[in-house]
Amino acid sequence: MKKEAMSDRRKFILNMARGVGYAAIGGFLWSAYLDGAKASPLILRPPAALPEEDFLKTCIKCGLCVEACPYDTLMLAKPGDHKPIGTPFFIPRETPCYMCEDIPCVPVCPSGALDESSVIRNGELDINSADMGLAVIDEHSCIAFWGIQCDACYRACPIMGQAITVEYTKNERTGKHAFLKPVVHADACTGCGMCENACVTEKPAIFILPREVAMGKAGNHYIKGWDKKDEARLQDAQTIHTTTDVSRKKAVDRLNSGLEGLLDE
Amino acid sequence: MSKLWSSYRYLILRRLTQITILVLYFGANAWGWKILEGNLSASKLFGIVPMSDPYAVLQMVAAGAVVAIDLLLGVAVIALFYFIVGGRAFCSWVCPINMVTDSASYLRRLLDIDRAQTTKQPITRGVRYWVLGLSLIVSAFMGIAAFEFVSPISMMHRGIVFGMGFGWAAIALIFLFDLFVLKNGWCGHVCPLGGFYSLLGKFSFIRVHHTEEHCTLCMKCKVVCPEKQVLHMIGKESLPVLSGECTNCARCIEVCDDDALRFSIRDFIQNKKMGE
Repeated sequence: MKKEAMSDRRKFILNMARGVGYAAIGGFLWSAYLDGAKASPLILRPPAALPEEDFLKTCIKCGLCVEACPYDTLMLAKPGDHKPIGTPFFIPRETPCYMCEDIPCVPVCPSGALDESSVIRNGELDINSADMGLAVIDEHSCIAFWGIQCDACYRACPIMGQAITVEYTKNERTGKHAFLKPVVHADACTGCGMCENACVTEKPAIFILPREVAMGKAGNHYIKGWDKKDEARLQDAQTIHTTTDVSRKKAVDRLNSGLEGLLDE
Repeated sequence: MSKLWSSYRYLILRRLTQITILVLYFGANAWGWKILEGNLSASKLFGIVPMSDPYAVLQMVAAGAVVAIDLLLGVAVIALFYFIVGGRAFCSWVCPINMVTDSASYLRRLLDIDRAQTTKQPITRGVRYWVLGLSLIVSAFMGIAAFEFVSPISMMHRGIVFGMGFGWAAIALIFLFDLFVLKNGWCGHVCPLGGFYSLLGKFSFIRVHHTEEHCTLCMKCKVVCPEKQVLHMIGKESLPVLSGECTNCARCIEVCDDDALRFSIRDFIQNKKMGE
């Protein structure tokens, strides 16, 4: 075969193609790594953090929130922590959020990853409106559910009586004692973790999980008929009409037609 | 003594700047100093002046984040400084990885590794621009700032200010890569932040100028230069170093015994004779 000198243009294009090839391989490996590295469903964020997906986009990892925290609650994830690197988080069992009234960690955020407007109620900062997570109780290891008197979490809760209440029930085993069972109320709990920090069991029987992890979802089609606000959702409700082969005629006509056409397929 | 000063003056100043910045950041986190808070990704000077890493913000934009005004102001401060004044000075005057790669490069010369590794360098210096472009594409696809998740620069400065963790491994990796694998490997070939500042600082005012008449062709400058392709005019023409890849580290100036290199303000009138 005759060999011709390769034109510069051809050489250039082929070299670029090689670059693109390397970039594609690198890009896939890089993306695959990031996909794993950003997944941390159980991480607890500072107050006023955006939803995790947006938070990861927006946080620039400067650590100003960490520096502003007077209790050293917040930390930046280090390599080896198995959390999205450089982003702020806290571990309530070690140090919970002490719910400062002026929320110093939030206004310092330059990127908006901590969104000040989400913790403002009636024009003032209100730490009680923060949502860092939700306390969850493991009834099997909580000694209050065994019948032993303990209200450590109830006492530790900064919004005592709202986020955690104690419910009395009869202890059938002894027949003369009461259970004093802690109950968490999801609408009031901020996820500060003071309950988890105070819990007396070896591994805490009450602990904070991110709200999306801790909570289920009933779905839009369930409506509390006894709740006026929820019932109001029905006011602008619309039915969706779909027409299929089966529903083109009236149902009665369809049945009288001997299911003709239905079994054709 | 004055000889020592004159041949290391910029190196000493650079180390002082790099270390001072880290100490100020560290002090802000450890003792609540209000001079320089945050880290190299974003910070506040004297509690007022915002500063942020323009490349990090660019990745965030690519990832689809809504960027806050504070960050944009910070980007303006930093980008304008390097665009107008400093060129690629971040790399040699601020970045803590510079101390790692400089020591690898020094050891490389000491151990005479270059002479043993005579085969062609495995990658070109253009790789950093590919990495730069790729980082923006990956950011867009993955919805996070891609380089910030793997950056050994961030691991190092964040590590020093907020706790190192396994970050030392990344630093060791860079050191070994530069020492044994590729001369000026990280800073001169791979790092997309260096590539970013090369592009951003291309038109800045502070430039190294070469005076050909004084040059004795000793080539000491090319030995120490981490981006020696920018010194293509040495011994040939009196020209300023115009490549954005020059980090303004000034090692060439201080190793030159013949006063053939010096800092000067960029001259936009090209045909004027330099250094007279």
